[in-house]
Amino acid sequence: MNIGIRDLFLISPELSVIVLAIIVVSLDLAVRRKGVVIAVAVIGLLVPMVAGVSVWSDIRTTGADTAFNGALVVDEFALYFKFLTVTVLALLFLSSSEYASRFHPFQAEFYGLLLLSSAGLMLLPAAGDLITVYISLELASLPVIALAAYNKTRLKSLEAGLKYLMLSAVSSAVLLYGFAFLYGATGTLQLVSFDPAIPAIGQMLMNGESSIPFGGVAVMVGVVLVVAGFGFKLSIVPFQMWTPDVYEGAPTPVAAYLAVASKAAAFAVVLRVFYTGLDPVASDWSLLFAVLAAITMTVGNVIAIAQTNVKRLLGYSAIAQAGYLLMGVAAYVGSGPDPELGIEAVLFYLAGYAAMNMTAFFVVMAVTNRTGDETIDGLAGMGRRAPLLAALLGLALLSLTGIPPTVGFIGKLFLFNAAINADMLWLAVIGLLNSVLSAYYYLSVVRVMYLRESDNPIRITLPLYAWAALAVTSCAILVLGLWPGGLLEVARQAALNLV
Amino acid sequence: MLLSALIFLPIASALLVLVLGETQQRARQIALTAAIAELALALVAFVGYDTGSGGYQFTERFDWISAFNIQYLLAMDGLSAPMVLLNGILGLAAVLVSWNVKDRPNQYYMWLLLLQGAVMGVFVSLDLVLFFVFWELELVPMFFLISSWGTGRREYSAMKFLIFTFLGSAFMLAAMLTLYFSMPSGERTFDIMALVGRDMANLLVPTWLIFAGFLIAFAVKLPMFPLHTWLPDAHTDAPTAVSVMLAGVLLKMGGYGLLRINAGLFPEQMADFASPLSIIAVVSVLYGAFIVMRQTDLKRMVAYSSVSHMGFVTLGIASVAGTGTSLSSVGMNGAALQLFTHGTITGLLFVVVGLIYERTHTRHIPDMGGLAKQMPLIALGFMVAGLASLGLPTTSGFVAELLIFLGTFQVFGLATALAAFGVVLAAGYILWTAQRTLFGPSMARWGSLTDARPVDVAAMLVLIIPIFVVGLYPSVLTDVFAVGIDPIMAGFSLVGFGG
Repeated sequence: MNIGIRDLFLISPELSVIVLAIIVVSLDLAVRRKGVVIAVAVIGLLVPMVAGVSVWSDIRTTGADTAFNGALVVDEFALYFKFLTVTVLALLFLSSSEYASRFHPFQAEFYGLLLLSSAGLMLLPAAGDLITVYISLELASLPVIALAAYNKTRLKSLEAGLKYLMLSAVSSAVLLYGFAFLYGATGTLQLVSFDPAIPAIGQMLMNGESSIPFGGVAVMVGVVLVVAGFGFKLSIVPFQMWTPDVYEGAPTPVAAYLAVASKAAAFAVVLRVFYTGLDPVASDWSLLFAVLAAITMTVGNVIAIAQTNVKRLLGYSAIAQAGYLLMGVAAYVGSGPDPELGIEAVLFYLAGYAAMNMTAFFVVMAVTNRTGDETIDGLAGMGRRAPLLAALLGLALLSLTGIPPTVGFIGKLFLFNAAINADMLWLAVIGLLNSVLSAYYYLSVVRVMYLRESDNPIRITLPLYAWAALAVTSCAILVLGLWPGGLLEVARQAALNLV
Repeated sequence: MLLSALIFLPIASALLVLVLGETQQRARQIALTAAIAELALALVAFVGYDTGSGGYQFTERFDWISAFNIQYLLAMDGLSAPMVLLNGILGLAAVLVSWNVKDRPNQYYMWLLLLQGAVMGVFVSLDLVLFFVFWELELVPMFFLISSWGTGRREYSAMKFLIFTFLGSAFMLAAMLTLYFSMPSGERTFDIMALVGRDMANLLVPTWLIFAGFLIAFAVKLPMFPLHTWLPDAHTDAPTAVSVMLAGVLLKMGGYGLLRINAGLFPEQMADFASPLSIIAVVSVLYGAFIVMRQTDLKRMVAYSSVSHMGFVTLGIASVAGTGTSLSSVGMNGAALQLFTHGTITGLLFVVVGLIYERTHTRHIPDMGGLAKQMPLIALGFMVAGLASLGLPTTSGFVAELLIFLGTFQVFGLATALAAFGVVLAAGYILWTAQRTLFGPSMARWGSLTDARPVDVAAMLVLIIPIFVVGLYPSVLTDVFAVGIDPIMAGFSLVGFGG
């Protein structure tokens, strides 16, 4: 197997992120001023951006390409997520610089670990075979374990790290077990080669041949185990237990990273594996995903109502949102009309979700960083103490509820469209009713901010670059809500790679 | 561009008032200017609507989300023109009665103007999705206005209002998306103009389900018994101006939706459902009227009288099931007219109740008495509104109810007779209330009260003028409504009713 220049060109975005991680960590040894390190990290992210653009313009002309003998697939779908990850990371760096100062003298490592993890996230959507899936997943997860426990002096943070480590290990094992079944049944690790292998088994079963009954069953068991393994990363019920605990315990930027970047990549790899690899058995897994979607959003929303800690609330909200997103994954129509609708809706919603969830996390981070109070009641009086921050959090929460003219509404509209197009009206109705349910707790937070007075005199101020990050995310909520056409078209082009 | 201006003038003014209206003086100046300009625009649109040529006028059509054929489609027809005018009138009245708001005046007027803009959008949108966007957009201002500037259990009432409406609209969204995906691939549209007269058989689900989805949303908003329970709470705890807007235009959105969508797009289902609808109508009329008798809170009293009067609207719409006899649009015209007249009359009632409350600081009827001595002008306003509400000839209330009874009597004789009894009850509770609050022995504690100031008189006059104009010369509205109702009636004769 020979590695050519072209292979390196195709993974240049990921390579540059890894190089940047090394530069950031070593620069820290040489430079005293931490601001320089952060500036290098943020500006350095322009390199993978530029690399991504050049790869994109290349495959625009030559079509989707594979690298390393099919281990990586570089198409618009994969690039969509590379851009999303890098953008999220840049915004996260900008907003968390103040928060991260508490990690002194280990700030640079904090950024380095985030960069390494996101290199894994960027590889995930491009995975062409099961080995790549697994390796990228581990590359993405291992740094997060350290990051979750980064508040070394806080017991809850250590608990979060340990919890993530244990459950990550278990879910990886389950995933690997599932991969083993799939490999055993199909004899290949490459996703594109699954297609021919799986129907053959199904056909033999249908013909009543008893010689290889194992194959059909193995695929089914494999699918279930893979769903369970990925279910952990997606934080869907019943694999969601860790989410609120880790969100609450981990440093807020890490929670935001998990909620936005990590979740997006997990959805990407699920779409890749199931839509390109396992589509012959789609009728089985699409129903499985539909049921899980319904349960996930309902459980997430119901439990969220009872929360008093704002980070736990966002954790349960993330579970509920995963349920909405899963509707798009479940909406498989195969050769039916508009087969790309489900994927397209997931892609669009993930970008919108990144905007609204980051806005929420950034505001919460800014407030809790000042007040040290993570309860919802700690937000009391925000409407007067920090009117702009309160308004932005309000906007994000309205968007998460799905009220126009925000991206949350448009994104859900597309997801419901996909569900109905796939003949799953019942799922769309459950999703709609869940939106109503979620209005209660999202707006309760708004209510606390505007209607409860607080004797806490602390004024909340933010550094300029954190404001810049907030400006980008909150503008995105409105702009994508009012003019969704452009991003939708990009998402559609990306989605067409999988159908 | 006239209709866009109608929507975006209040919205732009809302932003202006938020930024510039730090002082009460400045805020109400800006808001008043905006409201007067909006009323002028609404008058221009109303007068400019050419009843001779009829149909949709001032059409604006742009692609919004072309992937799903969602358009920015505004137009005005005979049904929407009076509603636009009504919204302009009530908007001005609402600003005038808010003259004394001191708490965060800039935010208050911002929400009030946003509310007006959103409602305007509902009345002129002819794309289902755009209609839905404005429908939902109106929730947020209402939520903040009731919860922040209301009285009593304002937070509970605001949340109840929001959840009820949101739940209703969830069904509407499911219905409209299912309708969209039921059409063959190339012909899918949300364009109401194009949907009128389409064959609504053979949809993805039975047509009556889609009909019911829309019906639930509008029945909550109107409100129809038994979905009305949010209304008394919202009215009671809302600030005066919001009660005025709620009774004056927000409830009308429900009736408008019933006419535009349920009757306009689904004549067959509407006719089938007419008998149950007439029963619901009679129950709403009588139940509302009896409950009014028991109220000791002035605002709750007016609120329940709204439930009763909206029952007349439902009854008028139900009268289209005139199978066998010649199809008559009289009842439907009456229903449309009732939407307008009830808007002005009940708006005036809430204005007067608000003025009384501002002075006495109580709405408890037994605590009042002989108020007419201290405040003759306000008492006069109350009497005008009250007499119009009970349907005294020369006021607009008389014309609308007469038309409704004329239209329904031949179709549902018994129901009409029972509903007419509601008018008797109305006479009872209105006169009884007037007697207990305004007349009778005057109380020493109210000796120092002052009468209406010029601005209060202006607020009352804005509403009194249309009451008498329409009462004395109803054709000014009925001619316009008829142009809008005729196409709907044509739909009914197409499906074989009244033939």
